[in-house]
Amino acid sequence: MKIDPAQVEEVARELYVRALKILPPDIKRGFARLDATETDATAKKVLGTMITNIRVAEETENLLCQDTGIPIYNVTIGRGVEIAGTELRDAIRRGCERATREHPLRSSVVHPITRRNEHTSCGAGVPPIHVDFCDEERLVIEMIPKGSGSENNSWLKMAVPADGVNAIKTFVIDCVLEAGGKTCPPTIVGVGIGGTSDLCMALAKRAATRPLGTSCADPEGAALEASLTEAVNGLGVGPQGLGGDSTAFAVHVEIAATHITMNPVAVNMQCHSARRASASFTRAGVEYGF
Amino acid sequence: MTHHVLHMPVSEAQARALKVDDTVTIEGALFGIRDANQIALFDKGRTTRFDMRGHAAIHTAPNVRKIPPSSEHPTGYAPICVGTTTSARMERFTRPLMEKLGVRILIGKGGLGAGSLAAFAELGGAYLAIIGGTAALETTWIEAIEDVDLDDLNPESLWKFRVRGFGPLLVAMDSHGGSLYDAVDRKARGRRANTLARLGVK
Repeated sequence: MKIDPAQVEEVARELYVRALKILPPDIKRGFARLDATETDATAKKVLGTMITNIRVAEETENLLCQDTGIPIYNVTIGRGVEIAGTELRDAIRRGCERATREHPLRSSVVHPITRRNEHTSCGAGVPPIHVDFCDEERLVIEMIPKGSGSENNSWLKMAVPADGVNAIKTFVIDCVLEAGGKTCPPTIVGVGIGGTSDLCMALAKRAATRPLGTSCADPEGAALEASLTEAVNGLGVGPQGLGGDSTAFAVHVEIAATHITMNPVAVNMQCHSARRASASFTRAGVEYGF
Repeated sequence: MTHHVLHMPVSEAQARALKVDDTVTIEGALFGIRDANQIALFDKGRTTRFDMRGHAAIHTAPNVRKIPPSSEHPTGYAPICVGTTTSARMERFTRPLMEKLGVRILIGKGGLGAGSLAAFAELGGAYLAIIGGTAALETTWIEAIEDVDLDDLNPESLWKFRVRGFGPLLVAMDSHGGSLYDAVDRKARGRRANTLARLGVK
């Protein structure tokens, strides 16, 4: 299956705008669930405003949140997909630039030292493009605009084996307390466990951006997700840090094997505007989804 | 719990009348401030031609469209999406905003710290919480971008919006030492030990 770079560019442009405007159905269901169970009056009002905003964004075809984020593209390349890697990369970047210029969107991306904004949402190493593989004959591009309020609350701890799983649990609780309202709760708390330091952080990001209702493939990780979700929501931080039961939609865990001497844990959060969009290229054409 | 409709600018007495848990709607002018423009004003010695005395400032950097200037859009900018950013990053600028520029009210999300709370008490100000991440709704309260300064920092320019029915916003920090964020944080940290015990952490 040959993939036309021009079509990739068009899809990369469209995905950025779609992700910023339409919240995925699993997140909407997450809101409905929290709204139904929240017991705090202020929290209930805050959730109500967030739900209204989702509707207003769709009705006015406006962005859900002003933060256009750091654009992230996750690419899954299936069997028999033909496109040069460099052409794929360059097409995604052009699509991201075009979305920024043509919509227009606020470019939230600057040089880290000069702080210069090129007004393209692009720069050295940005957008990050992560590549994975699958067996089916398809190319999937997922786009995630990662807002800074949640991204600024990211932590890594290189705990040691002697600290065991207790270190992981304590770290997650302390990160949620430290984040307070700064991450725009209710959040998805992404927890990476194991790997190297960089892999651990990447796992946390993957966990934070995983659809609600999905579980960690590892049963130990899945059990931890359930107990930590309950624990986090018992803290009372609440939506926007103003108190209440709805601190997190869920705690998600992703794991990787690690070294005999290591016990790394990372936390990355996704705000309530948990935006993502995806497109799947098959022989039948391009299909947009979440 | 009182609802206040504030036509900007306001007096010190009006700012001091705001109490935690009250609600506020802002009418008239609203200034948009951000990391880069506050760094420019307070670290790099730049100045603004705006008179912000008695006014409200919101932590924001909007999505805008450049258009030909008109009576509706005098700056040549039309607002696309105006939202609110996390206030905590800009904690150290609260005092100079109030002391040097005379700002009375800050609007943001996630709250500010002890330094800001002290400045509100000493100088007469308050922090109003808006719901972060609800920019589509917030944009419907913005009538126009009335003026812009320090525009070389775009999108982190110093913005002057004209707003109508901007709210309701929640008074989350006041000039009487009240902070909803402190209260929630104390309560949540108080639950830490029990939470960890239930997770089997000894």
